[in-house]
Amino acid sequence: MVSQTYTVLNPSGFHARPTKVFVQTASTFPCKVNVSKNGKKVNGKSSLSMLTLGIEANDEVLLETDGDQEEQALEALGQLLSKIFEE
Amino acid sequence: MAKPFQGIAASPGIAIAKAYRLKHSHYVPAPGKANDSAEEKKRFTQAVEQSKQEIEQIRELTEQRMGAAKAEIFEAHLLLLEDPDFIDAIIERIENEGDNAEFSLYEVANQFVEMLRSMDNEMLRERAADVLDISRRIMSHLRGEEYAAVSAISEPCILIAEDLTPSDTAQLNLDYVLGFVTEIGSRTSHSAIMARSLEVPAIVGAGTAAGDIQTGTMIIMDAVTGTVLPSPSDQELEEYRAKKADYDQRRLELRALLDQPTVTKDGHHVELAANIGSVEDLQKVLSNGAEGVGLFRTEFLYMGRSSLPSEEEQFQVYKHVLERMNNKPVVIRTLDIGGDKELPYMKLPVETNPFLGLRAVRLCLSKQELFRTQLRALLRASSCGQLKIMFPMIAVKEELLEAKKLLAEEKEKLQQEGIPVSDSLEVGIMIEIPAAALAADILAKEVDFFSIGTNDLIQYTMAADRMNENVSYLYQPCHPSILRLVRMVIQAAEKEGKWVGMCGEMAGDETAIPLLLGLGLHEFSMSASSILPARALMKDLSREEWAGYAEEAIQMGSERQIQQFVHDKIGRV
Repeated sequence: MVSQTYTVLNPSGFHARPTKVFVQTASTFPCKVNVSKNGKKVNGKSSLSMLTLGIEANDEVLLETDGDQEEQALEALGQLLSKIFEE
Repeated sequence: MAKPFQGIAASPGIAIAKAYRLKHSHYVPAPGKANDSAEEKKRFTQAVEQSKQEIEQIRELTEQRMGAAKAEIFEAHLLLLEDPDFIDAIIERIENEGDNAEFSLYEVANQFVEMLRSMDNEMLRERAADVLDISRRIMSHLRGEEYAAVSAISEPCILIAEDLTPSDTAQLNLDYVLGFVTEIGSRTSHSAIMARSLEVPAIVGAGTAAGDIQTGTMIIMDAVTGTVLPSPSDQELEEYRAKKADYDQRRLELRALLDQPTVTKDGHHVELAANIGSVEDLQKVLSNGAEGVGLFRTEFLYMGRSSLPSEEEQFQVYKHVLERMNNKPVVIRTLDIGGDKELPYMKLPVETNPFLGLRAVRLCLSKQELFRTQLRALLRASSCGQLKIMFPMIAVKEELLEAKKLLAEEKEKLQQEGIPVSDSLEVGIMIEIPAAALAADILAKEVDFFSIGTNDLIQYTMAADRMNENVSYLYQPCHPSILRLVRMVIQAAEKEGKWVGMCGEMAGDETAIPLLLGLGLHEFSMSASSILPARALMKDLSREEWAGYAEEAIQMGSERQIQQFVHDKIGRV
């Protein structure tokens, strides 16, 4: 398992569109993807569960990947967490 | 005659028609066990498949009618239909509890809806509507019913609903649906956002009064003010038909100006730009036909957080804005903090007169590391578009020279590191202190441009805090003192061949615009929604003519007289 903490920069947090992109990308990797905020951990391949984390701009989130291609997944998904999305 | 009521004007316009009530099925399944769990699972997965096919069609329809960005809502719906935590939870419930498909779906969907509705973020609460939309659609397939028949509407009407789901909104036939009123919802509901992109009048959050309207009732909806008038009188109908004709005509005229340059009657081109406070404002800037960003306040990057933003973080934001503006000019103002804008984590000392204290460029020059970080981020982003850096609150030349020196040092460091920096980067200052306006001829030699910040310039010139109600009468943009300072700044800049913009409230004020045009202002930066009305106004003004009028106005004794003078002259145009 590998993990890293990221600060979310997207001004409107991590809602519909960023979540969609994140979940779609997460689903392309065979490994497990978990995202946690303030100790609450959810499945990063579920958009509903990701939404319930209520990630806002400047929130710190912990990304964990576990299994095949965990390094690549961490790299790709970490970039999405610190990216700025269009409305 | 029923009583008029009020909602939130979510998409402007006026519509007059009979009401059509859209009823969503609120079917609540009774707890029920299944005889054959394998069969239930099959029914459920079939209903999900059918829903997927339907949504795929709606997604295509939406993409054709409203573009790819709006169609993304349905990609999010498709994602929900494949969501492991949602779909698997329902299947597990069917398998483990032996419940039937309807009840399992209802229970699991409700859990998620409740969870989203309890969030303290409005956008997230709205996402509960997506889960409801999806689960009701699956439910209708399980029950062999048609899901909310918006497509069945075949005569002109105003749609009344508790709320419109995204799939309802996407299927609206705009030949018949002239507007809609919902009981719940906010300006950020999907239905509100989609109504704006379809340009159909919409009033949301009108409460139970909307729920009482029955199909066939005549209604007037004024989505400019948010008023709904059920069963109007003949007189009201006549009044609103005239209002609607005026409104539609005006709107048509304004839309026609969207991609036009801003040119005066005598062929003079001025630039109309928009003020923004964050990247989220960009959509409005582009959809209102702005010719650039005249002021990007970078404060939002620093506020509402617990530590300073990093260089990389800032770079990403500046780069994004520049790229999105697609090589149109973007003026980014360096950090303007202090005064009424505080940053608790910086633990700045409390001052007796914060507006006259260590703020804006003064603060940046005293905390050079903070300033250098922002300058580096700006310089790195400069190669992504047409960036212009602007220093706020310059009072004396030494401040400007010091800021420019730091900028030059950071630029050189970056170049040594092999990081590209734009050659055409312009550097300017805000003129918002009377001392700077009075010494504009001296400062003009050291800058590429000026931008007049009228909110502070008026406050400091009149020595009146604009937040203090007791002296708010002194906030007089068209007072001869202010106009004279503006003229002085423009003349000084012109002598040095530099351009002058204005990014304060005054630039979008329809009374001030003719005078500013006459005084020779080159760029006007305002809130995005003021751009098209300003462009329409400019088209009817002659700069040469207003140069004369402005000189006349500046000799008058009071703001009141000047305003009256402008209104009389515009009336005659």
